[in-house]
Amino acid sequence: MQRKQNPSKLSTLFVLALFFLFMATAAAATLADPATGLTNIFDPESTPAKSIFDVSVLVLVITGIIFVVVCTLLVYSIVKFRGRAVDSGREPAQVYGSTQIELAWTIIPILIVVVLFLATARTIQAVQDAPKPATALEVTAIGHQFWWEFRYSKLGIVTANELHIPVSDAAHPTPTFLKLFSADTDHSFWIPQLAGKTDLVPNHPNKMWIDPHRTGVYLGQCAQYCGTQHAKMLLRVYVDSEEAFKAWVRAQQQPAVEDESLILGKRVFETTACINCHAISGTVANGRFGPDLTHLMSRRTIASGAAENTEENLRRWIQNPDAIKPGSLMPAMKLDDSDLDALTAYMETLR
Amino acid sequence: MSANAMVIPSAQVVDRTWIEILHQWLTTVDHKKLGILYIVYALFFLVVGGVEAVIIRVQLMHSHSTFVSPQVFNRMFTMHGTTMIFFVAMPVLFGFANYLVPLMIGARDMAFPRLNAFSFWLSALGGLLLYFSFVGANGLYGAGNAPDVGWWAYAPLGARAFSPGHSSDYWTLALLVSGFGSIGTGINLIATILCLRCPGMKLGRMPLLAWLNLVMAGMVLITLTPLSAAQIMLLVDRYLGGHFFDTQAGGSAVLWMHFFWIFGHPEVYILIIPCFAFVSEIIPVFSRKPIFGYPVMVAATVCIAFVSMSVWAHHMFTVGMSSYANTFFTITTMAIGVPTGIKIFNWLGTMWGGRIQFKTPMLFCIAFLFQFLIAGLTGIMLACSPFDWQLSLSYFVVAHFHYVIVGGILFALFGAFYYWYPKITGRMLSETLGKWHFWLFLIGFHLTFDTMHIPGLLGMPRRIYTYEPGRGWDALNLIISIGAFIQGIAIVIFVLNLIASYWNGVKAGNDPWDAWTLEWSVSSPPPEYNFASVPTVASRRPLWDLKHPEDPDSRYE
Repeated sequence: MQRKQNPSKLSTLFVLALFFLFMATAAAATLADPATGLTNIFDPESTPAKSIFDVSVLVLVITGIIFVVVCTLLVYSIVKFRGRAVDSGREPAQVYGSTQIELAWTIIPILIVVVLFLATARTIQAVQDAPKPATALEVTAIGHQFWWEFRYSKLGIVTANELHIPVSDAAHPTPTFLKLFSADTDHSFWIPQLAGKTDLVPNHPNKMWIDPHRTGVYLGQCAQYCGTQHAKMLLRVYVDSEEAFKAWVRAQQQPAVEDESLILGKRVFETTACINCHAISGTVANGRFGPDLTHLMSRRTIASGAAENTEENLRRWIQNPDAIKPGSLMPAMKLDDSDLDALTAYMETLR
Repeated sequence: MSANAMVIPSAQVVDRTWIEILHQWLTTVDHKKLGILYIVYALFFLVVGGVEAVIIRVQLMHSHSTFVSPQVFNRMFTMHGTTMIFFVAMPVLFGFANYLVPLMIGARDMAFPRLNAFSFWLSALGGLLLYFSFVGANGLYGAGNAPDVGWWAYAPLGARAFSPGHSSDYWTLALLVSGFGSIGTGINLIATILCLRCPGMKLGRMPLLAWLNLVMAGMVLITLTPLSAAQIMLLVDRYLGGHFFDTQAGGSAVLWMHFFWIFGHPEVYILIIPCFAFVSEIIPVFSRKPIFGYPVMVAATVCIAFVSMSVWAHHMFTVGMSSYANTFFTITTMAIGVPTGIKIFNWLGTMWGGRIQFKTPMLFCIAFLFQFLIAGLTGIMLACSPFDWQLSLSYFVVAHFHYVIVGGILFALFGAFYYWYPKITGRMLSETLGKWHFWLFLIGFHLTFDTMHIPGLLGMPRRIYTYEPGRGWDALNLIISIGAFIQGIAIVIFVLNLIASYWNGVKAGNDPWDAWTLEWSVSSPPPEYNFASVPTVASRRPLWDLKHPEDPDSRYE
């Protein structure tokens, strides 16, 4: 008799333990330390992300209640209706169904679904069909294997991997509206704290918008598998104050710095394969396949966020990109030491 | 039904040489032998796909890991997904359907035995083609070049510009060939269930397993065809200069997504509905009560099948559909929660007031209920399209569908293995090893897949071979990997149990679980043509009627 009861008690305990484990892990997500908050979807800093957060709280509460109710019923029936030794050989009452009960557990879920659907439909409309104010900044984002191109066509700026946008507050809303294109395969633009993700699909232009309320750097990365280096197609959004953003725009609008003492490095750049893919304004280099390097040194990272933008990393990247990002489409340049020194020195001036 | 049907001796043991045995298995058209072939084939690929999963988890144990290269990692997750869906889940479920459906409806074989064999060998060829890519996809690009485009092969990654060599061709051909096999099995199951039921077995008296497999087979016919069409279009693109999906020549990447997911989402239900069937047979027997609300269970299944055909684009909430499309696919997807909820409640209703016996098959079914509930609830979260814009393509969604496929489908399958192994082999599986398998797998499963939701909430996308430190993902990924290794150990115990019990298991007898459906009326393993004289039934539980002549079901139906 004892033997017969043990497994049921154990399984009850275990179901309870699982329940708490599940709840604890769910709670851990919200108690994450600041470092992990960098890309936490429950820490929204922009209106689209906040709208999503609000509807997700409703969904979590409703599904949480359903979970508790059904689990309680499950645990109760496991404990209450476990087979006991005294019953052996006797069958319980044979019940085939009950129309009333089945109607109840059809109609109640239908009502829940209606509530969830209405709340969701409102949010879809609010986020997706939001009108574009006249003060909005327009940026075109183009996904490439495995980096991001950003074009501010009205401002005449082309940059890569690090998106700079102005902060937006209620008094002076300056949201950023992004047009999304792909140059090759599918990609997805995802900055969890600013908005949900939207894919960049070839031949299928998309749009999305963000209006960050706080300055700072927001991290994200490509979320749609796009090929070998999908993992290191990282994304940074710098949200600047109004003045800082204006200063950044002015700096980016300058042509590339000309430094006669570094003519050697420039010559290496212009006479090797570099110019097939990269552009530097004011030089013969006008390739579109790789990132625009006119203001390379204004960016904190290279290789789409895979490495800090330091002289050493730059040398490594030029000489052997696979050492940083195996499978990236940048070829190894295999320069001799003096050419590499000259080229890196030239790159270092592109502020 | 006739009591004489119960005393048929087991198949005569005749000494055969190994070549005769091999010949017999290779040329068989017997539904039971083909069922076993399907199951063994799927178990082999389960181990292969599991090894791929372990490689993935070792790589992701910590940030900036260099255990495998990105190229190898991408091949591993592509092969893992493709293998598990097409060469584990589908064949193992077809195997059980093949084995059980004729026995449970009182038939002597499937309607088209030769088509049955043809379907199996097509599926088998598909798996071989897929794995031949490791050695055969050379072209210019060297050996060891398995497909690396993800199991969806989203256009234009599958186009020649982005997928040179032949690796994607093996993926395409494998799915095409096994897809034809699946369609054959679908036709066969429908014909068998509609035409070969024994006298007295009206549609309303069929075991739920037969009903649910009928629905599954219908879905196979409807959804495998667009997948096969898309594969042919992809081949036309790659070799005959077509531009269906070739975006560089004006083709449409979104068209491929629609083709893939109009197969891909119903596919989930093709896999889970037979598992509902297992659970609907096992829970009543171990609760000692008939299934609660049989007609409602059938109606809910048919309803799920219909609605599941109109939800596919919830996989595409992030690809930039209009707000109207997003709204439509939100309501259809949420609506599917209603019939699914009805099923869960009916299983609870079956246990309610019963005398539950905690044998290994029942343990797996109880865990199935718990996990399928959570999978359904995270499904509601993903159905809410704004929430999905955050969760989609992240580890949250990976956790969700593994909750469905492992926590739901695989747990129900393990229940089915423990429940029907005695019928198939004549020996019981060891209960001790079964409990070890159950508890270890349960612990490993929850360590891995409960935890896996969180990195998704913290912004970790799926299909990345490595990640940056300092995002709060490291510790979580370590826990996920440890859970995966525990699941691996549990699978080893399961396979050992399957092998050891075949020789050393306790003799099962005809009816070890005191069950009520027709397969338990014949010897274990059943004789070659199942029933010496075709039985006649008067209710949904013919063996209950036989065992309780004073109070037969036929009085109430």
